[in-house]
Amino acid sequence: MTLQVDQEPVLTRPSRFARMRDSDLWHSFVTHRGAVVGACMLVVLVVAAFAAPLIAPQNVYDSAQLQLMNARVPPIWQEGGRWPFVLGTDIQGRDVLSGILYGSRTSILIAVSAVVLSLVIGVLVGLAAGFFGGIMDNLLMRFADVLLSIPTILLAILASAVAMDMLPSGWRALGAAGVIVFAITLSNWVQYARIVRAQTSVERRKEYVEAARLLRVSPRRIMLRHILPNTLTPVLVAATLSFGMAILAEATLSFLGVGMPASLPSLGTLIRIGNNYLFSGQWWIVLFPVLQLSLLVVAINLVGDWLRDALNPKLR
Amino acid sequence: MIAFLIKRIGSAILVMLAVAFLAFLIFAVAGDPVEMMVNEQATQADRDALRERLGLDQPFLVQYATFVMNAAQGEFGISYQTQRDVMSLIASRLPATLELVFIASMLSLLIGVPLGVITAIHRGKWFSEGLQFLSIFGVSLPSFVIAIMLILVFSVMLGWAPGFGRGETVQIGWWSTGLLTASGRNAIILPAIALALYEITLVMRIVRAEMLEVLRSDFVKFARARGVPRRIVHYRHALRNCLMPVATLTAMNFGTLIAFALVTETVFQWPGMGLLFIQAVLSLDFPIMAAYLVIISAIFVTLNTLVDIIYAVIDPRLRQEKI
Repeated sequence: MTLQVDQEPVLTRPSRFARMRDSDLWHSFVTHRGAVVGACMLVVLVVAAFAAPLIAPQNVYDSAQLQLMNARVPPIWQEGGRWPFVLGTDIQGRDVLSGILYGSRTSILIAVSAVVLSLVIGVLVGLAAGFFGGIMDNLLMRFADVLLSIPTILLAILASAVAMDMLPSGWRALGAAGVIVFAITLSNWVQYARIVRAQTSVERRKEYVEAARLLRVSPRRIMLRHILPNTLTPVLVAATLSFGMAILAEATLSFLGVGMPASLPSLGTLIRIGNNYLFSGQWWIVLFPVLQLSLLVVAINLVGDWLRDALNPKLR
Repeated sequence: MIAFLIKRIGSAILVMLAVAFLAFLIFAVAGDPVEMMVNEQATQADRDALRERLGLDQPFLVQYATFVMNAAQGEFGISYQTQRDVMSLIASRLPATLELVFIASMLSLLIGVPLGVITAIHRGKWFSEGLQFLSIFGVSLPSFVIAIMLILVFSVMLGWAPGFGRGETVQIGWWSTGLLTASGRNAIILPAIALALYEITLVMRIVRAEMLEVLRSDFVKFARARGVPRRIVHYRHALRNCLMPVATLTAMNFGTLIAFALVTETVFQWPGMGLLFIQAVLSLDFPIMAAYLVIISAIFVTLNTLVDIIYAVIDPRLRQEKI
């Protein structure tokens, strides 16, 4: 008897886009008002920030464009306000709107780099510690205890100040971004390492890992291809939430004066500069960067809040 | 229990030793202190003499041990900037910070707990949903943004409360307090609110979540069925069962608040130790930076250890667990 297989079902895989539209995640996204609002805000803010060289009236990095006769111009709807300084200018004649756009770009770039770097370091260390256990695991956990017993903001300030001091003076302005990324990473990677380690030490005892071992799959491959995908969800949620934290950390460092210099301003730097004119009537220099920073972080947290609930299997 | 205590305190001491090592490293990477302290005309012999006097000719580990011994006795050396004893500088700024943090903690409980209860009881009503939405801002916005907004509105535009400084203070022994004068009380309002707002939203969210859980439990249903008045069910039966996590959070976050106060203090020019630290960071005054790091971490670690120990006293099961 021969088995007839002429009626093989035609499995056309739906397109990637269609699959995405059909997924649980997409559904929970479109039905979550906060997430949609947050995502739209985020897209607008990010696009505007990265289009800064195209849409900003002034290049804030070019000091030749700053003219003192344009200093302290109020916003356009106030008396004395004038085109093109829609949101007014600061004490050196820097256009506030352009400053905000370029500043957001700097802030976002630094925050993304810091989160990605701490994610990579945290995941690798956590994976190795959880998989191999033993001395390495113990060392990691003790080290994590130490880092966690110092408030993150304090650690970041100290790391930033000390590292900035060690930079050769010609590199201060450009190196500042790197230093901030380093400082935020230093205070941030431990949380990922802890999450991944906890998850890994559970996963490595499961049967599919045993099976892979019996098949003589190399430990590196087991870690990266078998265990890693199963530990990523909680880490990604933590990463979205800490993206907002990273933006705030950068802003705080720059605000306190251990972050980006005035020649390469981030949002925090703009707020620090504007803060000096709070009592002398030029409120627009500080208010608009503050609003922009708030919008950015609120948008990120709206999306993050949704993602945390959507990916949490307990709440399904 | 004693074994648990020894283990817990031992690990706290180990953590503190490591933090002290980090603080010590600040000096090691910061360059040669002799070069910072001597003047231009100093000869090589002068430098060597100073080096010997500061103990810098000793091996690395010996220097670290000396640093730890001194730090344990509250000896952190002399500020590069002001040439004053670091510990007395910090001690003179400590009351301002502690008063600010204490008032902020009080505010977070006095405002956060009722808000949490209200949003839980009236779940689904417009005002509780509104409050829940607003709490996203409370968690999202950094304290310096809130501080700047408060100054802009209440001190620059409305002129209700001062936006910088601490007002008049009264000296009681070594403690200087601003709470006894009218100007001092006025001055603490805005910074305390700015510092407390994050904690208020945190307390509110926790109380709300706990209340929702407790309100579903059998004993609350029973109390309702028995005809106990609503107010008493909510505030006596339900709320009491929510307060434990709130108390833990407040205790644990006291340390975080002290650390975060440095941002608030910078905006309001509040003369606490956070402002001292930031000024030290900007002028690279390493002894103050190291001392602040060690002191803040000590407060942090002590609070965490205390909370752990109290938990173990309350719940013996936790003593068995590996730490």
